[in-house]
Amino acid sequence: MARAVTNNRKALNTAIAWSIGLIIFFPILWTILTSFKTEAQAISNPPVFLFFDWTLENYSVVQERSNYMRFLWNSVFIAGGSTVLGLIIAVPAAWSMAFVPSRRTKDILLWMLSTKMLPAVGVLYPIYLLFIKLGLLDTRIGLTIVLMLINLPIIVWMLYTYFREIPGEILEAARMDGASLKNEILYVLTPMAVPGIASTLLLNFILAWNEAFWTLNLTAAKAAPLTAFIASYSSPEGLFYAKLSAASTMAIAPILIMGWFSQKQLVRGLTFGAVK
Amino acid sequence: MATQQSRSAARLMMAPAVILLLGWMLVPLTMTLWFSFRKYLPLRGGDLGWAGFDNYTRFIGSSSFWPSVQATLVIVGGVLIITVVLGIILALLLDQPMWGQGVVRILVIAPFFVMPTVSALVWKNMFMDPVNGLFAYVWKFFGAAPVEWLSQASMQSIIMIVSWQWLPFATLILLTAVQSLDSEQLEAAEMDGASFMSRFWYLILPHLARAITIVVLIQTIFLLSIFAEIFVTTGGAFGTKTLSYLIFQRVLESQNVGLGSAGGVYAIILANIVAIFLMRIVGKNLDA
Repeated sequence: MARAVTNNRKALNTAIAWSIGLIIFFPILWTILTSFKTEAQAISNPPVFLFFDWTLENYSVVQERSNYMRFLWNSVFIAGGSTVLGLIIAVPAAWSMAFVPSRRTKDILLWMLSTKMLPAVGVLYPIYLLFIKLGLLDTRIGLTIVLMLINLPIIVWMLYTYFREIPGEILEAARMDGASLKNEILYVLTPMAVPGIASTLLLNFILAWNEAFWTLNLTAAKAAPLTAFIASYSSPEGLFYAKLSAASTMAIAPILIMGWFSQKQLVRGLTFGAVK
Repeated sequence: MATQQSRSAARLMMAPAVILLLGWMLVPLTMTLWFSFRKYLPLRGGDLGWAGFDNYTRFIGSSSFWPSVQATLVIVGGVLIITVVLGIILALLLDQPMWGQGVVRILVIAPFFVMPTVSALVWKNMFMDPVNGLFAYVWKFFGAAPVEWLSQASMQSIIMIVSWQWLPFATLILLTAVQSLDSEQLEAAEMDGASFMSRFWYLILPHLARAITIVVLIQTIFLLSIFAEIFVTTGGAFGTKTLSYLIFQRVLESQNVGLGSAGGVYAIILANIVAIFLMRIVGKNLDA
């Protein structure tokens, strides 16, 4: 008896949750579906949902006309470069804060967090000017550096919260057993730190990939990543729904997949360890 | 415990991160502060000398200042209310036993990973377009005249787009908090005959208070500086010019750097007020 009630309730929960989930997901689903339609079907009245002539034409057109691959490469370079660079700088910092904390560690961490709160628009012109003076405007290197800097506080914070969970006793035990510092880092610490570093890498790659203030304002034709590429479709002559959808699908697909793997890290990373 | 040697090694390991962030903070900030006191028009003569507090008073005195403050508050407030309320409901729902929970979670979280320019363009063209948009079709289907969303209901439209992007974030964090709720306590309350509303009010909501505060603070910081969504949809027209968009226009579009920088200083102060509260909470968590 009781079981039947639970199953009924479970069925109701399932129905409601799935409906809401599909409504929230619908814009993405619709974009993906539209990307396989012809332009005429994309704006047909009434709208066609599944029963249309599926075509891959839009994808090849987008690639040919606007050289999608170049923007993709820019995105990969900028997001990947800024994440790796950030990790190289942040790992030692987070490491020392987690394992050799001093009285000022907490203040330094909070101060790093505060730099993240600086509204980008407040320093837009100085950065723009410096970029012109240093010849960095519309270069991948310039954007990589800026994105590394804006995400550095998050990287340090995430790593710090992961490193702090590594028990210090293990290190002492290794030392007692006569492990050298090199062996200690190589065989004891690194294996325990890898999952945290991997999560940090994933989340920051996503954040850098989707960043849309500096990428729009500091690039033109050469170094523009996918965010800027998509924004260029907002001009009237680019208004072809099926092609817009194909371009959008290509821009979000890699991150959507990565994002699903990093749900848990998202919470920790974006709340600076305040919620785990 | 830590030796002198390991302390200096630790300092050395921290140095690159600290120095870089210090430079990233101080250099542009000093420049913005400096420009804000200058009459600086790069396209019309460059730096034309000292301006005192002129830029500050002119920025506040301009006819677009107060509307922009209002637009900012309406967008931030609207998105916060929608995402927190729906986020709580969704979190409670997703915590219930059901089939395919993992898949539903993925569906709900997905919008967060869509880049802002894509979500703005997709909403603008494929849903809100008055001729070919899906909404226009639905409106016509029910015999109503299609709405020109981004001009006639511009604020509501932008709030909707941004809420769609941030609802996953609120849901995910609130879900994490809901899952840490003591289920025995809830069951005990249920046995004692407490209604759902009283359980929600006296047990669940107090438990979620901290998570809600964090959602509100973090979202506020990000929402104060939303840019791409407005850039792509309305370009600041139809009353959607937020404070940060106004500053962007002053600085890059009309190239009045002095005036824009004064606005930037206001924006920085505003963001810092929010940041102080957030840092308190995060700081407390560090001690625990």
